[in-house]
Amino acid sequence: MAGQGIGSRVQRKEDVRYLHGRGSFVSDMMLPGQSEVAFLRSPIAHGRIRRIVKPAGSEDAVFVRADLASVKPIVAPSTLPTYKLSGQHPLAHGKVRFVGEAVAMCVARTRAAAEDIAERVEIDIEELPPLVDAHAARADRSVRVHDDWDDNLFLTINYENGFEAKAKEAAVVVRRQISLARQAMVPLEGKAVLAHWDDRADQLIVYSSTQTPHIIRVGISQMLGLDEGQVRVISPDVGGGFGYKCVLQPEELCIAWLAHKFRRPFRYVEDRREHLVAGANSRQHHYALTAYADEKGHLLALDAEVTVDGGAYSMWPFTIGLEPGQATGNLPGPYDFRGYRCRTFCVATNKPGFLPYRGVARTGVCFAMELTMDAIARAVGREPWEVRHDNLVAAEAMPYNNVSRKHFDSGDYRKSLLLAKEKIGFTAWRARQRDGLPDSRRIGIGFATYCEQSAHGTSVFAAWGLPLVPGYDQATVRLTADGGLELRAGVHSHGQGMETTLAQIAHEVLGIDLAKIRVILGDTGQTPYSTGTYASRSIVMAGGAVANACKTLLPRFVAIGAHLMQCAVASARFADGQVVGPQRAVLLRDIAEAWYLRPERLPPDVDMGGLEATVGFRPKVDTGVFSYASHAAIVAVDTEVGHIEILDYVIVEDCGTMVNPMVVDGQTMGGAAQGIGTAIYEESPYDANGQPLASTFADYLLPGPTEVPSFRIYHLETPSPYTEFGIKGMGEGGAIAPPATIFNAVNDALRPLGVELAETPLTPRRLLEALSRAKAPTAIGGKAA
Amino acid sequence: MKAAIFDYVRPRDLAEAARLLADAKGGAKLLAGGQSLGPMLNLRLARPRLLVDVARLGELRGIEARDSAWRIGGGVTHAQIEDAAGRLPGAEVLCAVAAGIAYRAVRNRGTIGGSLAHADPAADWPLALAALGADIEICGISGARTVAADRFMKGAFTVDLAEDEVVAAVSVPKLSGGARWGYYKFCRKTGEFPEASAAALFDAERRSARVFIGALSGAPQRIPALAAAIAERGAAACTREATEAAVTAAAPDLDVIDRRMHAAVLLRALQQVVRA
Ligand SMILES: Cc1cc2nc3c(=O)[nH]c(=O)nc-3n(C[C@H](O)[C@H](O)[C@H](O)COP(=O)(O)OP(=O)(O)OC[C@H]3O[C@@H](n4cnc5c(N)ncnc54)[C@H](O)[C@@H]3O)c2cc1C
Repeated sequence: MAGQGIGSRVQRKEDVRYLHGRGSFVSDMMLPGQSEVAFLRSPIAHGRIRRIVKPAGSEDAVFVRADLASVKPIVAPSTLPTYKLSGQHPLAHGKVRFVGEAVAMCVARTRAAAEDIAERVEIDIEELPPLVDAHAARADRSVRVHDDWDDNLFLTINYENGFEAKAKEAAVVVRRQISLARQAMVPLEGKAVLAHWDDRADQLIVYSSTQTPHIIRVGISQMLGLDEGQVRVISPDVGGGFGYKCVLQPEELCIAWLAHKFRRPFRYVEDRREHLVAGANSRQHHYALTAYADEKGHLLALDAEVTVDGGAYSMWPFTIGLEPGQATGNLPGPYDFRGYRCRTFCVATNKPGFLPYRGVARTGVCFAMELTMDAIARAVGREPWEVRHDNLVAAEAMPYNNVSRKHFDSGDYRKSLLLAKEKIGFTAWRARQRDGLPDSRRIGIGFATYCEQSAHGTSVFAAWGLPLVPGYDQATVRLTADGGLELRAGVHSHGQGMETTLAQIAHEVLGIDLAKIRVILGDTGQTPYSTGTYASRSIVMAGGAVANACKTLLPRFVAIGAHLMQCAVASARFADGQVVGPQRAVLLRDIAEAWYLRPERLPPDVDMGGLEATVGFRPKVDTGVFSYASHAAIVAVDTEVGHIEILDYVIVEDCGTMVNPMVVDGQTMGGAAQGIGTAIYEESPYDANGQPLASTFADYLLPGPTEVPSFRIYHLETPSPYTEFGIKGMGEGGAIAPPATIFNAVNDALRPLGVELAETPLTPRRLLEALSRAKAPTAIGGKAA
Repeated sequence: MKAAIFDYVRPRDLAEAARLLADAKGGAKLLAGGQSLGPMLNLRLARPRLLVDVARLGELRGIEARDSAWRIGGGVTHAQIEDAAGRLPGAEVLCAVAAGIAYRAVRNRGTIGGSLAHADPAADWPLALAALGADIEICGISGARTVAADRFMKGAFTVDLAEDEVVAAVSVPKLSGGARWGYYKFCRKTGEFPEASAAALFDAERRSARVFIGALSGAPQRIPALAAAIAERGAAACTREATEAAVTAAAPDLDVIDRRMHAAVLLRALQQVVRA
């Protein structure tokens, strides 16, 4: 049992079933009498629905908005100033607002037959001018995504703190325009939902591939007008979430409605084309930045205009305010400066509504800030790592309140950068760069550093006035009669390995063998309430709750154990998984046996709470704890065809105390692979009519095994002062820095050619276009005004 | 994304396949590896009434040596050709080309005949076989005929094939000892169709060369002027300027970026050929 607790690289409990193909996903499920559902989706980006004609003979198998009259539209209010409401109906109502919006649903015994029916539904839509570009949509009030608004702005945020005074002191001013393409999240498994009515339980049972079963239960009960007790949501194995599945989906409402109305099972499984079209909902930001620095490159002030292409609808419950809010708040990054001004526009367009993708806004802000940091270095003629280093918040300054009032709890940001520089072999690569590669490709070295607010608590979300504010988390632990442990938490695990890491935390406190700890997640019928798994929160919040719940049992164990040993309670203590008395010790198995099977052996005043406890956790400071990392990459750029090869990639990360370093590595690698996707491959382009141009993997490229380098990962471990065991969240971090790192490396390589790129993804065409635009080799130096 | 309804038959031989195709009068499609047709069915871009599955037809599966050529059945998979490395003297190039198609899972099923018939402008076989001067054997209800590979593809996804005809085999001339080939494609990632591709064959003794570029809007294009120059002058003819000019002449509709990419790719294919 040695080496199973916090800090151990134990293998993941869940991998046995996954590696043997024995996971159970919604797509694997088949209930008697189950029907399959296909959605008919809008082929038009913006239009007014004139008529929907159900096909003759199949009228009963087709449903439109009017048929679901009892279902409320999804409306996500927020108290943020200027925020406007957008109602998203389960099926389009009045207007269609993006290509891929569900207009009708068709039901049949098989999916193919349901698609046959969908083909025969006639829809007549009066086309309206589509709003495809966020800047144009912001400027144009004559055409509006939501007719009852007077412009196309979901939300505008103005933030100012000490800007004018600091900017005045600057010797160097650097301006950049930086943008990120729209992306889909592309989990291995898309949306999937199966619902049926259970007469015995008098309940609607909804199996959904979701990160947040409890809030989906709240949502379904609210929108369908059912008692919460009548709804149970089970999230079985989930093939990746990434934020795509942390909100209430219109499809979930539709399937739940069908099952409730017809009292039999219905299932919908999103296909890849639906995902790429109706799920193109993340990352698209534009930044216009002006950085003010001294002659050494110390950042004094930052002026920013951020535009988020919000798409058509604001999601429930987190609202679209999340993205511009996070962008505004996190743009200053890990840096120590005191002047900041930011105007952020979240614009409604005729695209799928923005969802919070792994890294939420921070991939964008890191990209913008880190490219700007390199630009400052060039403007003052210093090495980018050096200028970055000097601007990072120093370890001595922790805890540190930054210019956007974020509270950084702990860490040594500079050390991570210096270690990354050492591990990547910076000096040797600079020398090789001078000599050049034999095949005439250009070498570049790039760095990026970020810090990441993880596990935000109530005060952060409450400030946005969300319809549902996340707060505490709870866990239930129960010692079973044979001395095993059942552990229940309301978060979910879809790749994060939480069936293992939560068990490791319980083991740390109780010493029970991991093989005897069962972790039960993802079922509102079996677990205490939690808002779920997102925002790098679960290991901090649910992990903290598991620790607290386990600790609650300890005095009960000692009381029973002391009685069994016939010694005074004060003379017994819990150690190494047993209760130790003056003469001997009793095992947890003996205590469990006494409680469940031989109660006559229990002390007369035994705690009637028994061997089971549900206890919550909230961090001491609940504004979030900050993980951070520095990434370093070496790239080779083929300027003839525009190809980029990543020759080496180093990550130095610090997520506080690591519960399982192998799981941290895995999360970091997966995130970084997605970051490489953002940097080089992934893009959901639209034409002028709002038609998506990447609807299959032939057009939407993802990095594959040959495009993802072998990341070399190093860890620092600075505990958070505010959480149980000093753990910080780390699920998202890997995805944040790669675009910035890779672009900085490519720009480093191309600097002698006068080329600087600042628009994702770095396609061969973008690279070659920039090369052919480049005029004089000195153009870059001249850009700094 | 499920296919519309269709019937499915697995014919006993090529003659029956041809007859089934003829009887369906355009309503049938051959199914080989399904690597191109599968997605088209699921996207409902192809909606045949009948699928004629020839994937297991023995007549299409052989690789045989003839006097001066290798005859490869239309149903031979990319993987089988890849795995024949070391056993195809005079046609090693085929193994190299096959190994570069998609990734192994696709190569295990995808066939050379299916690839030629599908005629994706960026596909490997139409380009490679054109450069190698291969012939395509076609079989239909009224008999067999042969077409040169560089004339078989008429344009994007269009080939010289009647409704009842099947690609039975390709016949690839064995290269002479002194012949050198070059094949280069630029893909954004492993397994993707290329952005630009080029194939070249150069026989220094016979002073002959064939040069083609692919991944254009239509069929691979022959680059006769450059081929002649290389046959004459060898490495001296391989310059960036020459490939730019050749690409511009062969594919005038390319924009400046595509031209640049194709010229670079063509140059790299040529450099493989002329390298001492
Ligand atoms: C992810 C992916 C990546 C790919 N990358 C590449 C690549 O890099 N390079 C490349 O060249 N190809 C690539 N392909 C295509 C692949 O090579 C296919 O195998 C090929 O295009 C079609 O062969 P098939 O046997 O699968 O034909 P099928 O898909 O079964 O059929 C394709 C078409 O050809 C017809 N057909 C099939 N066999 C015959 C025959 N014997 N006679 C007449 N008509 C016939 C069918 O009716 C159909 O119209 C890729 C495919 C995928 C899925």
